[in-house]
Amino acid sequence: MSARASLSEPVFPPLAINASLVRRILVGFIRNEVRKVGFERLVLNLSGGVDSSLVAILAAEALGADNVMALVLPYRTSDPKSRSDALQVVAQLGIHHLEIEITPQIDAYFARFPDADQGRRGNKMARERMTIAYDQSWAWRGLVIGTSNKTELLLGYGTIYGDMASAINPIGDLYKTQVWQLADAVGVPTAIVQKAPSADLWTGQSDETELGYQYRMIDQLLYYLVDQRYSIDEAERLGFQRSFVEQIVRRVRDNQYKRRLPVIAKLSSRTIDRDFRYPRDWGH
Amino acid sequence: MSQDGRLTVALAQMDPALGDRNRNLERHRDWVRQATEAGAQLLVFPELSLTGYFLKDLVPESAIRLEDPIIRELGQLAQRLDVVVGAVIEEPDHRYFNASLYFSHGQLAHLHRKVYLPTYGMFDEQRYFAAGDRFRSFKTDFGRAGILVCEDIWHLSSAYILSLEGADMIICPSASPGRGITTDERLGTAESYGLVCRTYAQFLTTFFLYCNRVGYEDGANFWGGSMAIGPNGDIIAQEEDADEALVLASLDLGDVRRQRLANPLLRDEKLELTINELRRVWHERSRKPF
Repeated sequence: MSARASLSEPVFPPLAINASLVRRILVGFIRNEVRKVGFERLVLNLSGGVDSSLVAILAAEALGADNVMALVLPYRTSDPKSRSDALQVVAQLGIHHLEIEITPQIDAYFARFPDADQGRRGNKMARERMTIAYDQSWAWRGLVIGTSNKTELLLGYGTIYGDMASAINPIGDLYKTQVWQLADAVGVPTAIVQKAPSADLWTGQSDETELGYQYRMIDQLLYYLVDQRYSIDEAERLGFQRSFVEQIVRRVRDNQYKRRLPVIAKLSSRTIDRDFRYPRDWGH
Repeated sequence: MSQDGRLTVALAQMDPALGDRNRNLERHRDWVRQATEAGAQLLVFPELSLTGYFLKDLVPESAIRLEDPIIRELGQLAQRLDVVVGAVIEEPDHRYFNASLYFSHGQLAHLHRKVYLPTYGMFDEQRYFAAGDRFRSFKTDFGRAGILVCEDIWHLSSAYILSLEGADMIICPSASPGRGITTDERLGTAESYGLVCRTYAQFLTTFFLYCNRVGYEDGANFWGGSMAIGPNGDIIAQEEDADEALVLASLDLGDVRRQRLANPLLRDEKLELTINELRRVWHERSRKPF
């Protein structure tokens, strides 16, 4: 799949954003949600992709470069460009960074399961990166900031308790195409904004190939289905192929579990998250 | 009111701590001090300023009762100026209300229980609160006023009733979370509130004081934008940013009389016709066989 020309192609008008307004809200969000729970620092996994690069910039703006730790965690099959892009963002922002190759522990584990497929290995890597982020969170006293966008979260295109795990997530309500707009506006290097999105769990992996559709198409459809609550029939009447609509609807539904806490068997009259309901920001 | 018929109002665009009444009471004292120093005669706090907004199951423990000592403490805030505070009120029958309390000369002078409790989208108020059952204007040192809390203003009848009851000033404490991102410089919510508040002021020829909070709760941002609007619909003062701010506005109270002379909408309002028509609509609705 060719790299998108995200900066030259026109944005689907309903998903066009005022980047400076969004930036202000998100920087305020990070500052507020981190400080009010007694933290001053953030830890993030920086892949060299557009999502984590954007979050790194917002985090540095919110709390200062000295309060942000980027973790660069390549595996032996990771694209070297991912690492160099990540390090470019680190240098640009002057944030702290720690590079830890995760090959030894991943390979040690899969030595026992040599037949493991790519999906299984990819999930394991995502969770390895998560445990390192949370370990550094403890060691450095920084909250883990997440980098999953709305498109990924809706499609379940992420590893539960892996890259989906975080304490706060500033970009979870922005579609991928909106992430591109904001990233461009806040100064994510153009090469990073322009490159084809990839989880980079194995060589040559591409989001859009795996998903089967381009983000531009998916985001337009999700906008109608999720934000505007169009039915499948109504979406089809807009000109989307029915098979595409049905696939996306199924993905959103089938991955609902990833967006929720584990389901708890109800016994008492006050069960956590069902009828024991407190705000996360309780007392802050 | 000062000799020249002007009133200085202050809107405390603040960020309350969620579920921490003592800390918020202390902050209220600071805002009162600031407003007093700035010469304000009326200070408005946002909706649920004493508790924060997304309380969920914290509603009962955040509540105060009208016989509690804290009511006297709040009254003490209103020694040198009138103060409007947002709080959860627990009634003797243990219903909880999202309420706004007007203190004057050290005493509780009026209390409005929010009537329209949003329970849709991101809101869940009817799960936790009982709904108020009245709109009443009341006398202040500066003319008649009425209070509408946030969602109350999204129902035309509420402001209309207060206006026909003689309100010269509608006070709207609010906790409006910002949403609706487009290419505009303002959030969709900020746009629509601006439109509604100005429309009411102009249609009803009243002053309109909108005090919204700022800050974040569980990821939701409150967009501020507190404003004072004159009876011709013009904005007298507004805080454009979503930062904590004391918004000061000097109102010429004579503007209401002059505006109603120029635009006698209220004089021409047909109350009896409205009541008769509404009664007819209500009868027709209630007569439907199923």
